[in-house]
Amino acid sequence: MEMQNVNAPYKTRYEKLIAEAKATEMILNMGPQHPSTHGVLRLELITDGEIVKEVIPHVGYLHRCFEKHAENLTYQQTIPFADRMDYLASMNNSHAWVMGVERMLGLDKEIPKRIEYIRVLVCELNRIGSHLIALGTYGIDIGAFTPFLWCFRDREHIMNMLEWASGSRMLYNYIWVGGLFYDLPVGFEERCKEFVDYFKPKMKELNELLTENQIFISRTANVGILPLDVAINYGCSGPMLRASGLKWDLRRVDEYSAYPELEFDIPIGKGEMGTTGDCWDRFKVRIDEIEQSVKMIEQCLERLMKDLKRTPDFDPRAKLPKKIVPKAQDYYVRAESPRGELGYYFITDGKSEIPKRVKARAPSFNNLHVISEISRGVLIADLIAIIGSIDIVLGELDR
Amino acid sequence: MSFDEIKNILREKFGEEIIVAEELTGLQPALVIHPERIAEVCLELRNNEHTYFDFLSSLSGVDYGVDENMFGVVYHLASIPYKTQLTLKVKKYHDRSRESLPSFPSVYDVWKTAEWHEREAFDLFGINFENHPDLRRILLPDDWDGYPLRKDYKVQEYYHGIKV
Repeated sequence: MEMQNVNAPYKTRYEKLIAEAKATEMILNMGPQHPSTHGVLRLELITDGEIVKEVIPHVGYLHRCFEKHAENLTYQQTIPFADRMDYLASMNNSHAWVMGVERMLGLDKEIPKRIEYIRVLVCELNRIGSHLIALGTYGIDIGAFTPFLWCFRDREHIMNMLEWASGSRMLYNYIWVGGLFYDLPVGFEERCKEFVDYFKPKMKELNELLTENQIFISRTANVGILPLDVAINYGCSGPMLRASGLKWDLRRVDEYSAYPELEFDIPIGKGEMGTTGDCWDRFKVRIDEIEQSVKMIEQCLERLMKDLKRTPDFDPRAKLPKKIVPKAQDYYVRAESPRGELGYYFITDGKSEIPKRVKARAPSFNNLHVISEISRGVLIADLIAIIGSIDIVLGELDR
Repeated sequence: MSFDEIKNILREKFGEEIIVAEELTGLQPALVIHPERIAEVCLELRNNEHTYFDFLSSLSGVDYGVDENMFGVVYHLASIPYKTQLTLKVKKYHDRSRESLPSFPSVYDVWKTAEWHEREAFDLFGINFENHPDLRRILLPDDWDGYPLRKDYKVQEYYHGIKV
């Protein structure tokens, strides 16, 4: 195929955009040190007064060479690195990683039910924690301070519980290949039940304070509308994709771990306050997902306290392989993290304990990409609302 | 739609030589496609109503090692209505000379999400994508030297006077 330059005489579209900006337009850098970019994200804006003509994201400020590290460490040693990718949802990250390795080893059918349920329990707790941050900081972006404090207050309970189980607050290294670090501490299930009872009415309060708040609705409804076909073409996933009206949840599609045995719905955006796929819908989908996660946690707890009860001889490390050497193959594993489809692609050679190649498919990476498409022609203030509604975590975006 | 049916669709449309090899060893079978025609194949797989792979899960650059000197790109496709997955691969020999880069057609026109994934492969593996609209480094600084995920990569000693 002949090389054609679509941007002639410039080498890249970026050069063209910058060079052809009009004299009346201003090039404005938002970030990397900006509180509403949720980390070290730099957005280069071409603006005409208050109107955003073009958004050019620059990422990579938090690049920590995850893939390079993973090619130099054993599978078990990489789990803490996987935790640090999306530091708000470490459990989900390590769960996906561990699942991939277990399937390559052919271990996945042998994992005891109790372990699978504990994994789902901690993952869903972590999902709630992650969504609470997304919702709370979104309130701050829009100008509401109180919901942020409420969300952090409730998240603190989750942090404390997970710390109790794993020994650390945010980066757990709890889910291991073939099992768990430790069994749940005695009394965890009861404490968790207490939390669920405490937490349920709190969500109602949050809805009254923020979700149904007229000022909040005015700022978010009909802003940053993401049509479904655009979302799919740009590889958006998770709450982003569901808010555009598609029931697509890998927990249901792939039926992994203990999820097939749990009952839950997949909330989608319906355009209740404006158009389907606007910022309010993305916010609402996260609120509804918290509700579903609580439902799952209750079901997990019931089973963990009845037929999958802790027994004195139960060893969560019983199935831990001494040496992890998967046979030579390629494998792509995907799982639903709070932000969307989290994937790991492994290439193994069958001889060494170290993978030949690991690629991490981070949901934030794909979700952020769509921002230049949905924010052409919006006000700068609305751009803040759009960034917040995407819920990016730079640690995972830059890996 | 099964793996064999997809193969038949591609063979009928593009001829026998379109599928260079099949990899059936692992849990997920993969098709190795003729490297110059990957973009056409992807477009067909997305548009054909029997396959309808509308979602590109992931696109990874691969360096197959210093002995083989092979570079490749792996495409993980997913179909939302059919709930199926497919892995496509392209591979090409390249002698690692600094004058040229291994080059594959871009699938940006098929899935927009490929834009950033291809930039990442360019950034970390030095794989060129023909017809890509905006091929720049994405994770590393623009003036970084070398491609870190290549198997023969050596870290530069200094970057702007800072010891690496």
